[in-house]
Amino acid sequence: MIVSLEWLKDYAEVNVDPVEFCDRMIMSGSNLETMETVGVDMEKVVVGKIVKIEKHPDADKLVVCKLDVGQEELVQIVTGAPNVFEGAYVPVALDGSRIPGPIHGQPKQEGGVEIKAGKLRGVESFGMLCSFEELGFTDKVVPVNQKEGIWILGGEYPLGMDFAEALELKDNIIDFEITPNRPDCLSMIGMAREAAATFETKFDYPETACKKEEGQASDYIDVEVKSDLCKRYIARIVKDVKVEDSPWWLQRRLIHAGMRPINNIVDITNFVMLEYGQPLHAFDIKSVAGNKIVVDTAEEGEKFTTLDGTERTLDDMMLMIHDAEKSIAVAGVMGGLNSEIEADTNTIVVESANFVGNSVRTTAKRLGLRTEASSRYEKGIDPNLCKAAADRVCYLIELIGAGTVVGGSVDVYPVVEEAKTVHGRVSRINNVLGIELTREQMVKYFESLEMKVEGEGDDMYVSAPTVRQDVEIEEDLIEEVARLYGYDKLPVTIPKGNNEASQSYERDIKDFAREVMCSLGANEVQTYSFVSPKGVDNIRIEEDSWERAFVQILNPLGEDTSVMRTVLMPNMLEVLGRNYSRNRDAVRAFEIGNTFMVNFLDEKALPVEADAMSIGFYGKDEDFFTLKGAIVELLTKLGIKDIEFIAEKEYGAFHPGRCARIAAPARTITPNGVEYELVELGIMGEVHPDVAEKYGLGGTRAYVAELMFNVATEMADTEKVFKPLPKYPATSRDIALVVDEAMTVGEIEKVIKTAGGKILRDVKLFDVYRGPQVGENKKSVAFALTYRHDEKTLTDEDVQTAQNQVLAALEKELGLTLRDN
Amino acid sequence: MQAQLQAILEESKKALEAATTVAETEETRIKVLGKKGSLTGILKSMGQLSPEERKELGQAANQVRAEIEALLAETVNHLKEKEKEARFAAEAIDVTEPGKEYKLGVKHPLTITMEEVSKVFKSMGFSLTEGPEVETVFNNFDALNAGPYHPSRDMTDTFYINEDVILRTQTSPVQVRTLLRQQPPIRVFAPGRVFRCDTPDATHSPMFHQVEGLVVDEGITMADLKGVLDSFAKQMFGSETRTKFRPHHFPFTEPSAEMDVSCFKCGGKGCRVCKGSGWIEILGCGMVHPNVLKVGGIDTEKYTGFAFGLGVERVAMLKYGIDDIRLFYENDMRFIEQFK
Repeated sequence: MIVSLEWLKDYAEVNVDPVEFCDRMIMSGSNLETMETVGVDMEKVVVGKIVKIEKHPDADKLVVCKLDVGQEELVQIVTGAPNVFEGAYVPVALDGSRIPGPIHGQPKQEGGVEIKAGKLRGVESFGMLCSFEELGFTDKVVPVNQKEGIWILGGEYPLGMDFAEALELKDNIIDFEITPNRPDCLSMIGMAREAAATFETKFDYPETACKKEEGQASDYIDVEVKSDLCKRYIARIVKDVKVEDSPWWLQRRLIHAGMRPINNIVDITNFVMLEYGQPLHAFDIKSVAGNKIVVDTAEEGEKFTTLDGTERTLDDMMLMIHDAEKSIAVAGVMGGLNSEIEADTNTIVVESANFVGNSVRTTAKRLGLRTEASSRYEKGIDPNLCKAAADRVCYLIELIGAGTVVGGSVDVYPVVEEAKTVHGRVSRINNVLGIELTREQMVKYFESLEMKVEGEGDDMYVSAPTVRQDVEIEEDLIEEVARLYGYDKLPVTIPKGNNEASQSYERDIKDFAREVMCSLGANEVQTYSFVSPKGVDNIRIEEDSWERAFVQILNPLGEDTSVMRTVLMPNMLEVLGRNYSRNRDAVRAFEIGNTFMVNFLDEKALPVEADAMSIGFYGKDEDFFTLKGAIVELLTKLGIKDIEFIAEKEYGAFHPGRCARIAAPARTITPNGVEYELVELGIMGEVHPDVAEKYGLGGTRAYVAELMFNVATEMADTEKVFKPLPKYPATSRDIALVVDEAMTVGEIEKVIKTAGGKILRDVKLFDVYRGPQVGENKKSVAFALTYRHDEKTLTDEDVQTAQNQVLAALEKELGLTLRDN
Repeated sequence: MQAQLQAILEESKKALEAATTVAETEETRIKVLGKKGSLTGILKSMGQLSPEERKELGQAANQVRAEIEALLAETVNHLKEKEKEARFAAEAIDVTEPGKEYKLGVKHPLTITMEEVSKVFKSMGFSLTEGPEVETVFNNFDALNAGPYHPSRDMTDTFYINEDVILRTQTSPVQVRTLLRQQPPIRVFAPGRVFRCDTPDATHSPMFHQVEGLVVDEGITMADLKGVLDSFAKQMFGSETRTKFRPHHFPFTEPSAEMDVSCFKCGGKGCRVCKGSGWIEILGCGMVHPNVLKVGGIDTEKYTGFAFGLGVERVAMLKYGIDDIRLFYENDMRFIEQFK
């Protein structure tokens, strides 16, 4: 809400400077967006009168003006403005003056523009005649007929007087942020009421009673309301209308409120709308067929041309103003071109009506036509404002002599809005705020807001004026007391009682995993929860795969963010690709975040959300095993044991020879006792070259993992149990085997571990060799086996027995014998 | 023989003085004191002498031997020191060369900020709780007193999955979930992602993070709200921080407020960060609206509460001086690594 402080002073006393005014208004609930002092940015600009105009000797488009600026001698100024005439009062920027600018055709300059005497095409010019824009007004407030050429004043002013002073341009323009619960503050009167309550000063409503009225409105017009989407409709009549420019005081008010003056009738309806917050409309009675107004919904598919010249298609939910034959306005949104006020208009119908906010909102939205009026109706307007606003329009028309007001009005108001009474308790208000105010203090606050208080003792029955539609329950009264008392004066205390802070186990594991990943040198990334459905195409996910069971957004910003992610991998690849393209030579990154899947049991229900984790590495020191090592360390830290990596050739995202499913045995208790079942935790591998290409990673090998973090969390076991340090020494034996290339280290390890029995404590691969000695398609693998007993020192025989069992098993199960060398 | 002893002593002295390595001294030791050494030879030949001569010569020889041994030890020690010195000189390194690189990873600045916020609220007894990112319209709007015509429900503001399911626009539905699950006393906070139909630019992101807070108990006052949030501001932004509570409006609190903190860049004098006002808007808060408490079946006469919500990106941007919200989601490693 843009408030001109000078205008506000018409209704409420303000005895403080603008800065203090804003500060205290903020504290009583009207938050400040901006505050600007206007009319102070010009120097040596005075009122002048054009006395004589002569042609410029050498330029067709220039004229030489002689101006009376209240000095003994006339001032000569050359101008190109097409609208100058002898006798015109104009703003004159004298030699050495400063104007805010911008000068026509030039960019705006900080600190304005200095005007100096000079020659224009050889003729001396001692200053400049100024336009609205050159004096700092934005294009959108320049009066319709002043857009071309210089500013021609609408009246006579003392010649030579400081221009800003003569036109009373100095003002403070304050833009307040009005919260949606306070549509009453979208009006000068509303803001004045707030100011008066804040500063405990007097508040006056504007004058609405005309001095002279002729005839009866009901003789001119008949109103019928056929839809309950119209709560009230008032029509008043003004005859002998003279459509012309408004007086400057009225134009100035509108300009300072950011509106463009158009003509006196339109300006007055706009002025009163800003005063009361009540939208108003004026029809030419000539265009109201049958002198009858009918408020009803439109015909489905009806065509209608609004004031802006656009033809629009209506539907049967839209409320319209009709005459006896046709539609003449979209109720609460915009008038029709067919009933516009024109220069020859003689008699007008002033409409002051109340339409249901949600209906106006829907109509405006469907038509794609949000207007000042519609946005006010949307927020809710008190139907009791209609009368005063209509009367005020008539009063002002009479005041400026723009017409003769016809007496009375036609007022259709089926259900009168009554003030609500809200019960509040002094004790409760004090208890919630943590203060101890007396009833008298509270009553004073309510009364300053024009609320009436009845009841006695602890009980207050408060009725707010109907413009205050937000006051409905006791808490609303608490708010009124709190804001007028001052939030800043409320005490500062710490709540009684205490609480042990806790968080979920899942959160603990997540926090811990982040720490582990960072200590493994990976940076954390955060990517959007919504993604492009193309991501799964890019990573070559199969057609019917679960990764495509997307939760879809009905109204996404674009395809890129149109579905909820099912996996994190595409986002991780994007991050790797982006960093690679920015010449980052190595990256280790991870993300922990939600993934989403349609709930197939009930597609209407909330989707299934699950924590996932992605890890991505690239760089010269990275390979499959650096990533695998990191994953093993992470899972081990989470207490997950016996992790298995199972070769996977079919997953499209990965190199078919360098991809593994990650799994670990999960403990379950069944009727048969504890059982272990291998559970998949995720997948990892080297990114398939085609996929890498898609993400701009074609020049490097990248390694990515996708973990089902929720499963890892379930299997995690972070309980630590102390085991005594070994008392007896360990013995180590090596085994070197030559095996087919296709045989995996995992298979061999499994056989060794099973055969080695309880005393085999560790099996470690320490060498893999390929070369001529072992033959083609073969490799030599060497393991170190560590034997140890908890209660005795192992003898050579003990170890040999176990070692023999291992060798026998390798031979029996895998057909392997020791490499002889 | 005496003369021979003297000669051996002189010769040994000379040899040891000339020695430059431990090995050379060892040669001298063998030549003089070894099994076949010159002094050993003299001692061996003493058998032929008379007891008197033997005694006299024995004494002299032993003295010479002791002298040589002492000299030998001294020379060895000296040379060993010299050798060490030489080794140290040869092994000297340029300590200004860079150390071996160990690279710890860095948490995302949003995580760091959320952890800081979490730490503060945990220290005040708030438990961390969470809710889903995809929410019901009921939990996100209806239960929070934002009726069917509330503008934030528009499809231009909120992402819809279907007419009853949306991407949550705020973390406040976690309040509803908490109230439905738990009876007072309640003291929780809830960090998480939220979504709004904003086209990304320097100050807008269609996805961002919030931290919600909720306290419900007997006798909770607006003064308590001020106390908790003032303490939060001081812990988060420094003990000098002042707070200002301004009246505001939210559907789910009444009375409602916005909290400003004194600008932590200029201390309140006015600068670019606070746009000259000296204050920075940091969060929204208020006393829980009775309609919200009633969703959880809570007796609104007996219990009152307060709630608050703050934007994590906003806090992080202000704290670190980040000027473009999109940087958080670009995940450029050069950006993330600044928060080491």
